[in-house]
Amino acid sequence: MPQDRSLFYEFKKGLWQDIPPFRLLLGLCPALAVSNSAINGLSMGLATLFVLFTSNMVVSLIRRTISAKVRIPAYVVVIATLVTVTDIFLAAVFPAISKALGPYIPLIVANCIILGRAEAFAQKNPLLPTAMDTLGIGLGFTMSLTLMGVIREVLGFGSVFGVKLLGSWFEPWIVMILPAGAFLVLGALVALVGWISSRKAAREAAAAEPASH
Amino acid sequence: MNGVTKMLLNLIIIGALSGAVLSGVFTAADPMIKANKEQELREAVFYVLPEARDFVKVEKTVGQEKLVVYKGINENGEPVGMAFKADGNGFQANIGLMVGLDLDYLKLKGIEVLDQLETPGLGDRIRDESFKDQFKGLEVKPRIEYIKFRKPEKPNQIQAITGATISSEAVIKNINRAVEKVVANFPREEMMKVVDGHRPAQAVEGQDAAR
Repeated sequence: MPQDRSLFYEFKKGLWQDIPPFRLLLGLCPALAVSNSAINGLSMGLATLFVLFTSNMVVSLIRRTISAKVRIPAYVVVIATLVTVTDIFLAAVFPAISKALGPYIPLIVANCIILGRAEAFAQKNPLLPTAMDTLGIGLGFTMSLTLMGVIREVLGFGSVFGVKLLGSWFEPWIVMILPAGAFLVLGALVALVGWISSRKAAREAAAAEPASH
Repeated sequence: MNGVTKMLLNLIIIGALSGAVLSGVFTAADPMIKANKEQELREAVFYVLPEARDFVKVEKTVGQEKLVVYKGINENGEPVGMAFKADGNGFQANIGLMVGLDLDYLKLKGIEVLDQLETPGLGDRIRDESFKDQFKGLEVKPRIEYIKFRKPEKPNQIQAITGATISSEAVIKNINRAVEKVVANFPREEMMKVVDGHRPAQAVEGQDAAR
């Protein structure tokens, strides 16, 4: 692992190389549950981004004071507190958003991306790289969920963000809105992203070959 | 400091801080959340009783149950209809509705969905205008029914949402049950009374100006 990776690298890796949930197979539950329309995917992604960012900043701040043996319960308390604060804040200030996201906000607690990044990154790194890492991963997750939402909404309803795209000739595939559709779209996208990545890796390896001789 | 003490201190401090933050946020947010709920309720009553400019809360205890009806009144204090909540099981969890009933005790004036956790994209279309509008002028006697795939044929029928029959049926069941209770316990003569000397609340005056 290279030691001095640039801040931009920490940000960028979440957008393709480690994009959740397609490359970094974490956060599958919200990806399956809340991607049935573009707006749901986007809102869930942004709410997760917020909690991911704030909780990992706290983890990064307290990383030297926390005893390694109790770090997991400590992180869980931090995450749960921030999720609850987010939930209460939305209910008080943005009741419409809180109503739309309903039960999904409390479920961010169980999103393993957040604990995963705390373990893998925030507890070993200072604030600035942690900020870049979580923003990248969070944006990547938001993009993924929105993409899944767009695909499922187009196929399942013929619309995007509530705007009708396809005419009345289109018979909506209701299955795409249902849980089964989530598995189909997620599987297809994981395969597609994996295929593109492996082709890219193969090309780079082929290009590097002559140079090394 | 040995390891055990450090672990204990870590957890105690984090737990205490978390508790302090949560109680602080909650104390600050609770009045706002309550006000939002109140506002939501007012808006729902005005949505289902469009002619109402204010409303009076009428409570009655029947057996174990507390029944609440919001009597909508116009500028002169004359009743224009009554609104009440209709709660009951949906597909997954409670569906909370606000129902507006005409004073003829026969036709609905409108419904609004307050709480629901129906399947996103399917059952949650009970919130769509196109679904809610079907209840305007709908007859509640003998009871509301639904019909699938076709336009309603009778004055007490609505068309169920395709792919969400259970949610549509739950809405109807809730309304039927609530209407039955209200009609049985709030006699019409009582509801027809003009409310004398009523003073519209501040929030309602603001609402008036906005209309």
